[in-house]
Amino acid sequence: MTAPMAVAPARAAVAGAPATTLGERLAGQIQRRGALAVLVVVCAIASATSSTFPTWSNISSILGNNSFVWLLALGMTFVIITGGIDLSVGSMYALGGVLGAYGATHGTWLAILLPLAVGAAWGAVQGLMVARARMAPFIVTLVGLLGLRGLLQAVTNEGATTYLVPQHSAFRSLGQGTWTPVLITAALFALGALLLNRTRYGATLTALGGNENAALLLGLPVARAKVLVYLLSGTLAAAAGALGGARLGSGVTTIGVGYELTAIASVVIGGTLLTGGSGSIGGTVCGVLLLAVIHNLIDHYFSQYGSAFTDTVNGGFLAVVVLMQTLLSRTQQLE
Amino acid sequence: MTTLSWAGRPALDRARALRLLQDYGVYAALVALFLVAVGLDTSFVQMSNIRVQLFQVAPTLLVALGMALVIGTEGIDLSVGAVIALAASVVPLYAGYGLGPVLVVGLLLGAASGALGGAMVALARIQPIVATLSLMIGVRGLAEIVNGNSAKPVTQSGVLDLGTSNIAGLPEMAWIAAGCAVLTGLLVRRTTFGRHLVAIGDNRQASRLAGLPVRRVLITVYVISGVLAALAGVLIVGHGAEADPANQGLNMELNAITAVVVGGTPLSGGRVRVLGTVAGALFMQLITAVLTQHNVHTSYTQIVEAVIIAFAVYASQERGTR
Repeated sequence: MTAPMAVAPARAAVAGAPATTLGERLAGQIQRRGALAVLVVVCAIASATSSTFPTWSNISSILGNNSFVWLLALGMTFVIITGGIDLSVGSMYALGGVLGAYGATHGTWLAILLPLAVGAAWGAVQGLMVARARMAPFIVTLVGLLGLRGLLQAVTNEGATTYLVPQHSAFRSLGQGTWTPVLITAALFALGALLLNRTRYGATLTALGGNENAALLLGLPVARAKVLVYLLSGTLAAAAGALGGARLGSGVTTIGVGYELTAIASVVIGGTLLTGGSGSIGGTVCGVLLLAVIHNLIDHYFSQYGSAFTDTVNGGFLAVVVLMQTLLSRTQQLE
Repeated sequence: MTTLSWAGRPALDRARALRLLQDYGVYAALVALFLVAVGLDTSFVQMSNIRVQLFQVAPTLLVALGMALVIGTEGIDLSVGAVIALAASVVPLYAGYGLGPVLVVGLLLGAASGALGGAMVALARIQPIVATLSLMIGVRGLAEIVNGNSAKPVTQSGVLDLGTSNIAGLPEMAWIAAGCAVLTGLLVRRTTFGRHLVAIGDNRQASRLAGLPVRRVLITVYVISGVLAALAGVLIVGHGAEADPANQGLNMELNAITAVVVGGTPLSGGRVRVLGTVAGALFMQLITAVLTQHNVHTSYTQIVEAVIIAFAVYASQERGTR
């Protein structure tokens, strides 16, 4: 087992010292479990104060309508663990939906393979730019955000063409109901957790996020790991978009704007630090659930005040949650 | 290609070439693009067209200047587009009292939003991208509430003059932006505050240990960014004669970051290139202008811009020693 050996020094390099004292360990636990704690509290309060929140119809609508979008946060978790960021996933989600719907008119397999291929190819290019050309991930994926939107506009003739998924396409069934989306999403999250925690690749990612030079000196395949991580993120975003397209029955060009920010917020709320080197899939699950529940509650309580008010409360709540997270996690502070 | 036999020399030449590209690449690109634009269509240099371009670039430049300072401290400010909308939303409310009150209220709101973001970054030590992201969502919502979710016309001459009139043949907006650029340059180059800002971006920990007022400087930087964005918001309303918080300032954070980065300011902090930022903003404006004037579809325009940003960043990035 070489992998854990590789992780330990990198982790130590991030924290400045191995977390040995009880206080540090406790703080680390709270940071990782903070989102879960807040989620439990919010759900408890919501169930106590609202008669509609705990109903099955409400919960299934939260899960069914959002679970594909959560895949963006899954990919983002991997990217952020390496100390990078992927701003292109919102545009990729929209493009995936359009490509999926276009592919579905030619057959179910094309509907699935076309978005995956494009997502993987674009992700790989971004990964190469980050890993080989040593460009800042923020910029590379910002370029991706703009470029993919442009590509999307070009594919749909400036939004004039809408591709519909044929009524009897098997592709449609992938996105219908509550259980299919939830099971697909849960399975991918489980695979992601295995990849991160139980494979040499996952250990390499954590190590290079913690201290890239140390990882290089240890002889880890840093560049390859980075390329793969952006490839993974792009593929997941395109797949999520395609599945979303299957759910909606058409490729919607205006969808996905700002989704990258929601994904980043979910990951951060889940306790993964943007500086890289540590992160947890479980935390991200809590993060996406927490944001979805908050959104649902705000819609429920404040919808009569209009969407602007909802946005304001949403931003305020996000700030509060992040603030709590930061106050809870004093483990890796600089000052 | 050098044929020198010892290993260190060619690498040094390459490093020097890259250094030159990094320092002067954006200016060379700007001049080249300008020549291309004129070559394609000589009417590009007509005064009326130059005025149009300056009107469009002025707000972006104002926001980019604040963004350059923030990026210099190794931060990022995603809230600027929302602050533009917030400043815009109060213009119809105060336009009746004249330009002074409009500016005071707008800029104060920008400063308050910046102070909030700065406090989150400096005091609570929340990562800048997250702190300003939550501001971005909240402030945009606030702006829409203030304006009652609809676009409102502005007819008072004081505000409109600011956004439409010319001084010495060039837009007043452009003069304001240029003045702010000079002030920002002086701030970075000639003041203790500027030195502190760059030092903090280079190494926050060391700056703190050296006794620099890290928190105060960080908060001030975000306040400046908020104030400049608010000023841009008032100008945009003055130019378009309406306040539309749902749509004004959208994507402005991306445009500003692009201008700063194309201008050669590294996202890793510790360096601010004000003149580069001005050139970066003008460069991006020129690209858009050339492509739209030659009827290139917006989708392809976006793709071309993306490619150019990628190249500019590749050419101007800080390279590691390896």
